[in-house]
Amino acid sequence: MWWYAARRILQTIPVLLGSTLLIYALVFLRPGDPVRALFGDKPVSEATLAQLREQYNFDEPFLVQWLLFLKGAVTGDLGQSFTGRPVIDLVADAFPVTIKLALMALVFEAVFGIIAGTIAGLRKGKLFDSTMLVVSLLVIAVPIFVFGFVLQLIFGVKLEWFPATVGGDASFYNLLLPAIVLGLVSFAYVLRLTRTSVAGNLGADHVRTARAKGLPEGTVVRRHVLRNSLIPVVTFLGVDLGALMAGAIVTEGIFNIPGVGNLAYQAVIRGETPTIVSVVTIMVLVYVIAALLVDLLYAFLDPRIRYA
Amino acid sequence: MSQQPLLEVRNLDVAFYADKKAIPAVEGANLTVYPGQTVAIVGESGSGKSTTAHAIIGLLPGTGRVTGGEILFDGKDIAHSSTKDFESLRGDQIGLVPQDPMSNLNPLWRVGTQIKESLVANDIAKGKDADRRVNGLLAEAGLNDVERRARQYPHEFSGGMRQRALIAMGLAARPKLLIADEPTSALDVTVQKQILDHLDGLTDELGTAVLLITHDLGLAAERADHIVVMYKGRVVESGPALEILKNPEHPYTQRLVSSAPSIASQRLSSVRARAEVREQAVQTAGEIAAQVATTQGEVGKGHDDIIVVENLTKVFMLPGDRPWRKTELRAVDDVSFRLRRGTTTAIVGESGSGKSTVARMVLGLLDRTGGTVHFDGYDTGQLKGKRLMALRRQMQPVFQNPYASLDPMYSIFKSIEEPLATHGIGSSAEREAKVRDLLEKVSLPGSIMRRYPNELSGGQRQRVAIARALALEPEVVVLDEAVSALDVLVQAQILELLNDLQAEMGLSYLFITHDLAVVRQIADNVLVMQDGKIVEAAGVGEVFDNPREGYTRRLLDAIPGRDLLASA
Repeated sequence: MWWYAARRILQTIPVLLGSTLLIYALVFLRPGDPVRALFGDKPVSEATLAQLREQYNFDEPFLVQWLLFLKGAVTGDLGQSFTGRPVIDLVADAFPVTIKLALMALVFEAVFGIIAGTIAGLRKGKLFDSTMLVVSLLVIAVPIFVFGFVLQLIFGVKLEWFPATVGGDASFYNLLLPAIVLGLVSFAYVLRLTRTSVAGNLGADHVRTARAKGLPEGTVVRRHVLRNSLIPVVTFLGVDLGALMAGAIVTEGIFNIPGVGNLAYQAVIRGETPTIVSVVTIMVLVYVIAALLVDLLYAFLDPRIRYA
Repeated sequence: MSQQPLLEVRNLDVAFYADKKAIPAVEGANLTVYPGQTVAIVGESGSGKSTTAHAIIGLLPGTGRVTGGEILFDGKDIAHSSTKDFESLRGDQIGLVPQDPMSNLNPLWRVGTQIKESLVANDIAKGKDADRRVNGLLAEAGLNDVERRARQYPHEFSGGMRQRALIAMGLAARPKLLIADEPTSALDVTVQKQILDHLDGLTDELGTAVLLITHDLGLAAERADHIVVMYKGRVVESGPALEILKNPEHPYTQRLVSSAPSIASQRLSSVRARAEVREQAVQTAGEIAAQVATTQGEVGKGHDDIIVVENLTKVFMLPGDRPWRKTELRAVDDVSFRLRRGTTTAIVGESGSGKSTVARMVLGLLDRTGGTVHFDGYDTGQLKGKRLMALRRQMQPVFQNPYASLDPMYSIFKSIEEPLATHGIGSSAEREAKVRDLLEKVSLPGSIMRRYPNELSGGQRQRVAIARALALEPEVVVLDEAVSALDVLVQAQILELLNDLQAEMGLSYLFITHDLAVVRQIADNVLVMQDGKIVEAAGVGEVFDNPREGYTRRLLDAIPGRDLLASA
């Protein structure tokens, strides 16, 4: 198993190289000159522009830019933003907020999705099940920003249960409403996945054997239906952590949260290559590590899986 | 017996519901089990035997409901008991040993834990004490090294070991009645015998009554005191086991007795019938061979031995305990044999013996590690392109599972017509006439052409698969467990069909099977395989009457009902 984990971690190196190169290529292909755009309509001397271009390596071909970035990254220097702050500081400020938000969303979707999905699966075809199917379809069909604005209006502005925007204070309470909005779509997926899995496992031969032993129904469901049903759900949740961090851009925009989404959005608008690439690199890392953790957890949940 | 019966099923009706309409599965079933007695319910799939058993333990699947009659257990009607009441009955009053050991253990829990659950749920033991009892139960079920076994997961067990674990589970709470639902039909014959012997011994010792569900009349007669025969949801006959075997009254039972392979294999009439088939087939095949020899076909020299296999070997490389290490698995080891035109050679062995691997290499579907396969004088390994296509025409397979080997999206016509179209034979009108002709050959109505596999029974599907194999007028048909998945009566019909076709068309069969019982009705020569090697090769009569190898004798002894017939 350690061999397997080591191999998986080694695999992230080509993934990181490839993804950063791709980002460099995309930013390079973008029309417009980011340095000139910095000054807007203000008059500026060619000398200043040239100096800035040199400072940010914009005068080099993009392959060289990329290599220079890699060289810096290895030594822990991710470059500077246009405002002059080291990118590493920006990232260090923004990431904890987004990770907190994404983890809260993950807990929300996992707890409520699994509970509702299990009940729906056990009562397949009954009222609760049908209601949940309609609700989850609705959640999946309606774009996330619609829910964001509607919930913000109801709970933030009208009822004033939660602050309408988060701003600088990313406390647990302030992030609660955004986390629910962020996790809503995945909640619907978790619910449906759990429901199908539970309903399928209920008819499994080994569940009949468990009943034939004389086990009470509650024990049968807990030990022989639920555990077997959670395997695909756990896989989904792990991969979803990465998606939640990427998806946070919209939610962070709506609730004005100073997270990675905001940072990346601003950087893309300004064409700040070092910032964009750093954010993406860390997201890829989070994604890869989450996927690895899921695979290791998978082996723990299912004894048939052995990694060699 | 003057005792009070333990179980009495009276006029039991069970139905399944689809769109609020009741579809009866069991109608007016009656049966009685006395304490300590073994009663067998015999019938084919769909006869309602398993449904009756599941009704007794309150585990009818899906929409199944008891719609009439009563189930008296210890004098109390439990037909309409609540889930709670059934929970208290299951385990310590009525136990179950289910059919398929592969799917009936939860893969995520240790075997010991799953047995312990039964002890805890029925208030027999807890904690450390329960752990000790689990070890005792596993030992009682015939497993060794029980402390380690109890901590293993089901996937670390072989099929036979899992079935033993399930028996330990079924008997854990010492039920008065044990329902054994086809407890061994998924296992190899020799394992089957060991497990049934063990189950017999245990239930005798504990005084447990057994309700044995099986499709095999020979097995039922050997194991049970009393037999109940079910057919299309009804009990058609019941009585003492030997009585039913000797004097079956109902026409269905009579057919069952006459065609059960375990019993038919004992009869000399089947030997004589086979000899006639063979004589005619060899003659027809000889004529075909003479033609082949003169026409200078693309494949074939008209030799007497149509297939000659020499020193055939297959080695699989398996991943070892380190990523850079591999271990060798010799699936087939130095196998040589000849198949004479117009005859049948059976390859017999248990799962893992390499018999199917041989078949796949003969067909050219699997690369061989060593050795040669000659088809009518040509080395099949040397053939390429058009010649290889021509070879494929001459050798057609029929596989085990009639449910999986037909494309569900293809109509029956398209399935049979496909090989003709692939080889560009005839116009579309000619092809349709040919398909009609083939369906007639396998005794299916032409109207079946427009239907789809899911609308056909298992036996009909296997006939379609045979028709498809015959479409290209092959000389050799490789039958890989072609009748193993079928009910006994259907099995007998298909064997008969294969015999007729062989006599008529001079076909040569390579017949792969794990079941020695069917061999006598179809084969001329037998190869017994064990661990990739041929351990015995002889004529069919010799293998049955005078087996030389201990392994062959074990396989023969494992045919259920063998001793009964010898004395009957």
